[in-house]
Amino acid sequence: MSTAAKESGRPSPSSFPEASGLVVRDLRFGDNGPYRFSIGPGRCLGVSGPSGIGKSLLLRALVDLDRHQGDVLLGGRSCESYPAPQWRRLVALVPAEPRWWYPEVGRHLPPDSDAEEVTALVEGCGFSRDVLDWQVSRLSTGEKQRLAVVRALIRRPSVLLLDETGSALDEQAGRRLEQVIADYRRNHEAPVLWVSHDHNQLDRVADHVLLLGRDRLQISPLPRQEAAGR
Amino acid sequence: MNVATLSAVDLALSGGLILLLAVLSFFLNLGLGRRLLISAARMTVQLLLIGMVLQALFASKTPWFIMLISSVMLLAAGHEVRSRLKCKIKGLFGFGVGVGSMFVSSFSVTVLTLIVILQQDPWYDPRYAIPILGMLLGNTMNGVALAADRMTTMFYEQRELIEQRLMLGETWHQAISELRRDCMRTGMIPIINSMAAAGLVSLPGMMTGQILGGSPPVEAVKYQILIMLLIAAGAGFGVVSAILMIERHLFDHRHRLCLERLLPGDQS
Repeated sequence: MSTAAKESGRPSPSSFPEASGLVVRDLRFGDNGPYRFSIGPGRCLGVSGPSGIGKSLLLRALVDLDRHQGDVLLGGRSCESYPAPQWRRLVALVPAEPRWWYPEVGRHLPPDSDAEEVTALVEGCGFSRDVLDWQVSRLSTGEKQRLAVVRALIRRPSVLLLDETGSALDEQAGRRLEQVIADYRRNHEAPVLWVSHDHNQLDRVADHVLLLGRDRLQISPLPRQEAAGR
Repeated sequence: MNVATLSAVDLALSGGLILLLAVLSFFLNLGLGRRLLISAARMTVQLLLIGMVLQALFASKTPWFIMLISSVMLLAAGHEVRSRLKCKIKGLFGFGVGVGSMFVSSFSVTVLTLIVILQQDPWYDPRYAIPILGMLLGNTMNGVALAADRMTTMFYEQRELIEQRLMLGETWHQAISELRRDCMRTGMIPIINSMAAAGLVSLPGMMTGQILGGSPPVEAVKYQILIMLLIAAGAGFGVVSAILMIERHLFDHRHRLCLERLLPGDQS
């Protein structure tokens, strides 16, 4: 169950034990925040709002790439109690414009990855297994986006943060990717936070949507049967 | 030994070449004349001054005076390294990187050479200490500055790539391992190339100077070999220490890339 509330307003009680899921309390970074929300195990929170409002900054703060105040807790343990690299292995951020640092796609996956799992993932995303031998320089924007999801999921994160993932895909490829992510969050009970401009997409994938606005933060009237009240 | 001493007229004649070049630049509108003349004049004054200082220094041999001169040289080199960075490091640390790495590359190597290899009495005999320090500072500075510049620039330009590696749970060491290797290579290429070309393509300046000054070529060559090996070692240690200091400075304890510690580039 996902809940959200404006810091100045009355916080909605989260309806899952705080010992599970991702809990964000009074998160501030730069001029942004305070943000307060939580995502239960296997739930998906959509985040939307105008460009420049700080959606990507929110994701960066959640993976501790930017300095921030407030608490980010996973399964009751705070971000700071983990070494930073370990935290980022638990809370994976899939960037909007993935970069690649080796010439071949395959080298970006951990060498000890389970072969069957890799195959299942790349095929789920619409590739054949030989995609691992492809040269990165020849990938299209959409292929890079899909492979960035593979690159993140193969490391089995506990939480998935998606920044505009699927924005460069045609409808069919987009649906396949959404399915891969839906499967992952169900199988691993992983909370997912999905930043997107596409309200139709959020309508499909998210249980709730946070609208970041000039007045900070509100719960969208947009979805869903379980949307939390103010 | 028959050494041809240079008169003021001889120097003025070579200065005439520069003047000629400046005139050419003026007529072709190349915009180089002024800078050329100023830097030639600067070089002449600086070298004449240091000549006088060295003369006084060699005569006195007072340790504190030698210490003072070498410290000034070191600080100037550190400043020069800093000023060559396109993306400068903010605050005193930027200067510290320059001075620190030049200390490692030149100062420590010079002291080691004086004590272990040359073994003069006293070991800090300025006739050896100051020229060796000067050679090392001048020649390692290039490599150190190249490596440091490459590193800060790459951090700036490849921020997203580095951060995406961090996002996958890599430590900052892992996230910049290729980049670090690249900077090391950039810093070491000049000295490696000049060692490869020495004697074949180029006659190194110091050796040439010694021969012109009347030394037998084989003696001059031995000194040149010593100096080149010292420069290569010094440049290597200097580049390593500059890289280690910069990378350590630009990440914090949470493995975040702290680009706000750089001045965004290009004032040079």
